[in-house]
Amino acid sequence: MEPIKKFRTKTVVMPSTNIDTDQIIPGRFLTTTTKLGLGRELFADWRYRPDGTPNPDFILNKPEAQGCRVLVAGRNVGCGSSREHAPWALLDFGFLAVISTEIADIFRNNSLKNGLLPIVVDETTHVWLLANPGAEIEIDLENATLTLPTGVSVKFPIAPFPKYCLVNGVDELGFLLSKDAEISAYERRAAG
Amino acid sequence: MSAAVNAPRTMFEKVWTAHEVVPETADTPAVIFVDLHLTHEVTSPQAFSTLRERGIKVRRPDLTLATMDHATPTRTEQVFGGAPITIDSAAKQIRQLEQNCAEFGIELLGLQNELRGIVHIIGPELGVTQPGKTIVCGDSHTSTHGAFGALAFGIGSTEVGHVFASQCLLQNKPKTLAIEVKNRLAPGVTAKDLILAIIGKIGVSGGTGHVIEYRGEAIRALSMEERMTVCNMTIEAGARAGMIAPDDTTFAYLAKTPRAQKGKSWDEAVARWRALATDEGATFDRTVEIDASTLEPMITYGTNPGMVVPISGRIPDRAGDPVFDAAMKYMGLTAGAPIQDAPVNVVFVGSCTNGRISDLRAAASVLKGHKVAKGVHLLVVPGSQAVKREAEAERLDRIFIDAGADWRESGCSMCLGMNGDTVPKGEYSVSTSNRNFEGRQGVGARTLLASPETAAASAIRGRVTDPRSLLR
Repeated sequence: MEPIKKFRTKTVVMPSTNIDTDQIIPGRFLTTTTKLGLGRELFADWRYRPDGTPNPDFILNKPEAQGCRVLVAGRNVGCGSSREHAPWALLDFGFLAVISTEIADIFRNNSLKNGLLPIVVDETTHVWLLANPGAEIEIDLENATLTLPTGVSVKFPIAPFPKYCLVNGVDELGFLLSKDAEISAYERRAAG
Repeated sequence: MSAAVNAPRTMFEKVWTAHEVVPETADTPAVIFVDLHLTHEVTSPQAFSTLRERGIKVRRPDLTLATMDHATPTRTEQVFGGAPITIDSAAKQIRQLEQNCAEFGIELLGLQNELRGIVHIIGPELGVTQPGKTIVCGDSHTSTHGAFGALAFGIGSTEVGHVFASQCLLQNKPKTLAIEVKNRLAPGVTAKDLILAIIGKIGVSGGTGHVIEYRGEAIRALSMEERMTVCNMTIEAGARAGMIAPDDTTFAYLAKTPRAQKGKSWDEAVARWRALATDEGATFDRTVEIDASTLEPMITYGTNPGMVVPISGRIPDRAGDPVFDAAMKYMGLTAGAPIQDAPVNVVFVGSCTNGRISDLRAAASVLKGHKVAKGVHLLVVPGSQAVKREAEAERLDRIFIDAGADWRESGCSMCLGMNGDTVPKGEYSVSTSNRNFEGRQGVGARTLLASPETAAASAIRGRVTDPRSLLR
């Protein structure tokens, strides 16, 4: 995984609340056996018309959304299915972060494991972001801050361990495997 | 010994602490040991690829059990008759799981295995789901297994790889939420109605960051199948896991399962399990109370499971609320209108929520002697091959087929439509499954979630129907 330190990008806004992972990537695309290429199917049922052509009314198809790499979503984004295909699709499409006031647990975990930043902000910041689509913001992961073009800077919560992994570009499996002795000791106790 | 050691603890805390390989620190999450890892064809291929890329073995194949359910066909000729599986990529995924399990030494209950079924149905059926265990699976409805007093939750594919490689997960300790369900459910009101009412009350993110413990008189009175229905939909309230303290109902269920301990080790296990219940005086981070006796059959009208009303009620009128307006537009229903008599085109009885034998008996008891309404497609999909055999032994299949239903092999089927069992665009489906999200049962499908009884009654009339009006 590439280390993530700091980036500036414009936002794209999808104000709907409770955007579930079935919307992010519908179930019929989950018969894949790789993580690759899922960006094509991101938000497929909103993004394409029944004949497969792009729906011009959907935000990701609009010219102003091109190159925007942070998704600002309504409250409780990522609820529902545990499919990791949701963050894979968002990343493959080009997103680096998802911002909301509430992010569902499994989606948040899955996102952190893949380098998609799940950023929870306060109501005031969220209202500002929703009202200002296309705003250029800066996300500084090392300092866990999000800076708006107004100059206002807010802290966002991220646990030290996933932050360490993301900033250094290391995955969590190495840490788990380094606990082999402790795991073996536990297994011996459990077999008791 | 410090006082803290003897402090009253919740069931969750007991299970959590017993599985700490390395406790949480200020800088690192806890390393939690996993007692049972269930896996299936859809969320495992990428995890197996990671193992292969890094040259890692599955640490504990003996604690891992694989089956196939999500993308599998339900048509008998495709399962047993050698007919080609309709969806090529699904067939490939099935073959991939066969190869992966063979290569990594994992027991697979494959397509034609008589023990195959939906992963959350077969764990309990086999008796590998047990009180006090930590159970994970790459599927959000893993919460089902909490009905036995296990700590069970869904994980993503990266974490599936973590468990394959280390038999452990990195976890931050969740908070606890007690849901106290007072009094008893009225006759004709089911566990499905109870959990839908709970989700309606606390909301689809009401449980985020928490493990729920369901408590109280109404919960104690539920059968294991009903407890599984309640815990299954815990994730629809956003919670990580749902748990119910094990009791004599739990032990009686497990005693009949093929893989539970026998003899002396069974007695020892039961003694251990009895100590799991939350101690008197233990505290939860939050508590919510609900009175079971006031509930009616419930049914959803919108596009998330929290958009739910009593069946005799009306769709609320929240015009101007963008979520509500979008849901009404998608569903083609009218704000303020009664939900009863809403149109029905498809009825699905099945899924990890309501695909157990008791659910099929409930649907059959309503359908017996009736035909489905003209133009209604009733699809009945048992949750496992064992459920199918039992239903056929009880001649329930005859009741379904005589009523005009399609009777299939087991699988997730129309709950998520991955295998091609879908609801046509724009049609209304009364479904015993767990999610009414846009497009969940097929592109443009309109789903109303309800109990097997309500689903069956609605199939007979071709309209949303209160099953109590048909029960003899």
